[in-house]
Amino acid sequence: MDFSQLDLQPVWLTLRLATITTVLLLCLATPLAWWLANTRWRYRQVVNALVALPLVLPPTVLGFYLLLLLGPRGWVGQMTESLGIGLLPFTFSGLVIASVIYSLPFAVQPIQNAFVAIGRRPLEVAATLRASPWDRFVSVALPLAKPGLITGAVLGFAHTLGEFGVVLMIGGNIPGQTQVLSVAIYDHVEAYEYGAAHVLAAGMLGFSFIVLLALYWRTSQRPLERL
Amino acid sequence: MDNNSLPADQCIAARFKLKRKEFELDVSFTAPGKGVTALFGPSGSGKTTLLRCIAGLENPDRAHFAINGQCWHDDKTNLAVHRRPIAYVFQEASLFPHLNVRENMAYGWRRIPKQQRKLRFDDVTAWLGLEAFLERKTEELSGGQRQRVAIARALLTSPELLLMDEPLASLDASGKAEILPYLESLWQELDIPVLYVSHSPEEVQQLADHLILLDQGRVVASGELNTLLTDPLLAISHFEDAAAVLEARVVSHDKEFHLTSLAFDGAQVSVSYNGLPLGHKARLRICARDVSLSLVQPQQISISNSFAVRVLSMDPDRDPSQMLVRCEIGGQHLLSRITRRSVHLLKIEVGKSLYAQVKSVALMK
Repeated sequence: MDFSQLDLQPVWLTLRLATITTVLLLCLATPLAWWLANTRWRYRQVVNALVALPLVLPPTVLGFYLLLLLGPRGWVGQMTESLGIGLLPFTFSGLVIASVIYSLPFAVQPIQNAFVAIGRRPLEVAATLRASPWDRFVSVALPLAKPGLITGAVLGFAHTLGEFGVVLMIGGNIPGQTQVLSVAIYDHVEAYEYGAAHVLAAGMLGFSFIVLLALYWRTSQRPLERL
Repeated sequence: MDNNSLPADQCIAARFKLKRKEFELDVSFTAPGKGVTALFGPSGSGKTTLLRCIAGLENPDRAHFAINGQCWHDDKTNLAVHRRPIAYVFQEASLFPHLNVRENMAYGWRRIPKQQRKLRFDDVTAWLGLEAFLERKTEELSGGQRQRVAIARALLTSPELLLMDEPLASLDASGKAEILPYLESLWQELDIPVLYVSHSPEEVQQLADHLILLDQGRVVASGELNTLLTDPLLAISHFEDAAAVLEARVVSHDKEFHLTSLAFDGAQVSVSYNGLPLGHKARLRICARDVSLSLVQPQQISISNSFAVRVLSMDPDRDPSQMLVRCEIGGQHLLSRITRRSVHLLKIEVGKSLYAQVKSVALMK
């Protein structure tokens, strides 16, 4: 095996992408999940379905529309250009946006389920104990939904690691900028560099397994407690 | 007692209208601004919904609520739940599982300004006997202990109104027996009005001063405990264990026969010796089925509790062979359930003076 071909840059890029995506996901998914768990708005199922779309769509479809939307003729693209940010496709920022959308259901659904499982009672109790709505959310809802938040973060992170189709469509394959692990493995295989592909693929396999194992370990030892 | 005569700054005035798919609440009542008012009725009568309306946990279609001169809810104002000076004890303890006992108790206490804290943390801990549990996790506690923590947690917000939704219903007999004494002493200690939801006549007889009877989302009757318990037109006086509750005080102890005598309105009864101090105010519960009536002062019989009464009313019982006779002694009322035949043979009629003999008297508190 020739390790001189091996370039670890895609590994760091992928970890950076997954970390930033996870942080953004939590910031976005937590309020969204809270709203979905509590709203009685009659069209909430429309939002639920929209959030779940990345679960069923081929990543290429998602990537294709994002490319159009963020491109020079898309309205987001025109907006970013007029703001002086430039165009996002084939940049790391574009990749982050695509990843957040692509992994959204993996973060929203466990968090939403956790909020639903808490029920109304603990929050009513907190209200009668003088806690304002924001106070109730921070001091009761978030701590009680902690297992769901952890699951959502881990799934969002792991799912971003495994991205391929969306990345290829929106990010292309620019080493150091948008070439993530899965794309790098594909490149190695195309070039018959099976050794290098093996190292990256086996690393990915091991890492994903450990992440999932840790997740199951944790949730089975700490089942969601109810009042 | 006519509650409408209460001045606005000494009473609780409530009016709620709320429509749900299969239930309608339409209530209006006034109750004294102190003491324990029981909201009593069968399940589905709207007791809990009413309590939730008062706490601000429901969204009624029409609402008016004022307590001791302060308006919490009407067409213009609607205080948010966390701004109402209430303590709410739910049927289940509903402790926060992510906090230990001390943190649960401190949850509301930390959220009120220091100068508004009328109760000391250590005092409430001691009243409810929780000193040994403070650092425990909530799941290590028994049902009764959990409910005590919930009560302590609610009281530590120094409320102006205590709302209790069947706090004993989810407990077994020993859990109930564990909590009851705490409740009674608390209410004497605190001097805030209590609204207590219950469907148990026994709890009401033991705890309440004032009674509001609910059925199918409406107020059936509202008034002072003794009056309502003995009202033959109300279902509560027709229960198998229908009873009158009388206020009495301890007058003497008889060590030789192990008896304690209590007096009320010129009458005297004896119960098993209990060591209560002389002059202590106590509540006596006398079941309708344990009261027999006689034309002459009974002598040479084993029942020693007997006193003169006057017949106020006579009404048929649910059992067609029985009559409910309501008697007056001083200002208080007593119920006697006797056979229709006895009424006929003794020629009992309204206004007649008789002697009541009481087979058993229970001392409630």
